[in-house]
Amino acid sequence: MDPLSCAELSTREVNAALAALPDGASARIVEPWGRHNLAVGLTNRIAVGIEGNAGYYIGGLCDGPDITVDGFVGWSVGENLMSGSVRIRGNASECAGASAHGGTIVIHGDASSRAGISLKGGTVLVGGDVGHMSGFMAQAGVLLVGGDAGDALGDSLYETVIYVAGRIASLGSDARIEELTADDVLTVKQLAEYAGFDHIDPENVKRVASARQLYNFDALKDQRY
Amino acid sequence: MCGIVGLHLKNQELHPRLGELLAPMLDCMTSRGPDSAGLALYRESADAVRCSLRSDEPIDWVLLGEQLATDLEVPVDVERFETGAVLSAAADEAALHAALRRIVPEVVLVGHGRAIEVFKDVGAPREICERYGIAKRSGFQGIGHTRMATESAVTTDHSHPFAPASDLALVHNGSFSNPASVRRRLEYHGVRFVTDNDSEVAARYIARQIAGGADLGDALRMVLKELDGFFTLLVATGTQFAVLRDSFACKPAVIAETADYVAVASEYHALAELPGIGEATVFEPTPEEVYTWTR
Repeated sequence: MDPLSCAELSTREVNAALAALPDGASARIVEPWGRHNLAVGLTNRIAVGIEGNAGYYIGGLCDGPDITVDGFVGWSVGENLMSGSVRIRGNASECAGASAHGGTIVIHGDASSRAGISLKGGTVLVGGDVGHMSGFMAQAGVLLVGGDAGDALGDSLYETVIYVAGRIASLGSDARIEELTADDVLTVKQLAEYAGFDHIDPENVKRVASARQLYNFDALKDQRY
Repeated sequence: MCGIVGLHLKNQELHPRLGELLAPMLDCMTSRGPDSAGLALYRESADAVRCSLRSDEPIDWVLLGEQLATDLEVPVDVERFETGAVLSAAADEAALHAALRRIVPEVVLVGHGRAIEVFKDVGAPREICERYGIAKRSGFQGIGHTRMATESAVTTDHSHPFAPASDLALVHNGSFSNPASVRRRLEYHGVRFVTDNDSEVAARYIARQIAGGADLGDALRMVLKELDGFFTLLVATGTQFAVLRDSFACKPAVIAETADYVAVASEYHALAELPGIGEATVFEPTPEEVYTWTR
């Protein structure tokens, strides 16, 4: 199909054209100019290339497609992603991969604060640094940081595991650094290979996980029905 | 939610285009603040002092200019709008203000100084820009705001920028949680307020710090100590342009810097059509870091 130009089409028109494509198709979005909500809510297995800098919620709520952005993106890229992938060949702003249930979000540059906040099973792979409060209340899934992590990393963490190759400014409440297992090394190796990050040494990352002092998953404990 | 925009032009050749570049940035932020909007524009200081005035009652601004000219014994230049005017005169600022208070006590002074002009109103940002001919205005910097009111009334007085001291203007995205206690302290020291807006508290707090000898960067570092809440602040003076985000940085901001300008907006797409944006260094301001640019 012809490239979808944001200079000519509304966001709804772009997303409707993408949603109408059959599985296996591919599409290009040009002149995004920071437009929000591009390629959201798609359930077909298509490839979408966004050629330039985009706005908020890119690839959010998707269940299937593979989306690539050649540029930087605003807040909440891949928010609530269910499956498929969103790859950013630049930096991402705050809340990258917020509440993602599945799929993979790859950010080649830096992510800002609250990366992987409330992650629910998705995978967030950041080549560069992440800002403060990344992994906040993350429940399941993996956050890999190829650079440094800002303050309060993994605050109120549930069962998401965070790997950090660089320095950690500070850990949040109930987050602790744990010993790296052979399984962790293999996981980091596979994730770094998938992302194309060749600067991460899988044996030299820090594993951050919950100390499990702030939550209790036993729903029946102390309850009367 | 609110939108903020700002442009600090380092390259003098861009000065004639200040309004032309800033008006579409403000319009782009309509989605963040459709109920009112405003701008503070700064141009080269001449000998004149300027007063940006507004009134709910009909005022004969030309007659007012003539009365002031007689009173102050200097020519007074008048630019009229529907509900306000900018007066300029080569006069003493305090004498001009005193004369205004005496002749037209009902008129609101929305901004004053040697470089600043303030235009603000209720309505769509694009219409406000057209009403005040923003696109044709020149200058070396400007800040603007699109408002979606969350904590006080939608009126022109409640809209931003707040410009409570000579050549000082502030726009704010966010909300403060302790403005009442800061306001009480300022009132105790004799500071008077026009509205119950929390952003006015921040503007008057900064004005008081500057009056006490602080430069804009120092004043903003004091804001971090004294004011609690969510904020991205964009503040300008006759010589400086500054950005500050609170420690949580929940309110967005993007800065684009080139050899020619520094541009700030709540969202990147407000910057996307600036000349040379492709070569700009684009970054998010770090929480609790005061960014200043000085002419």
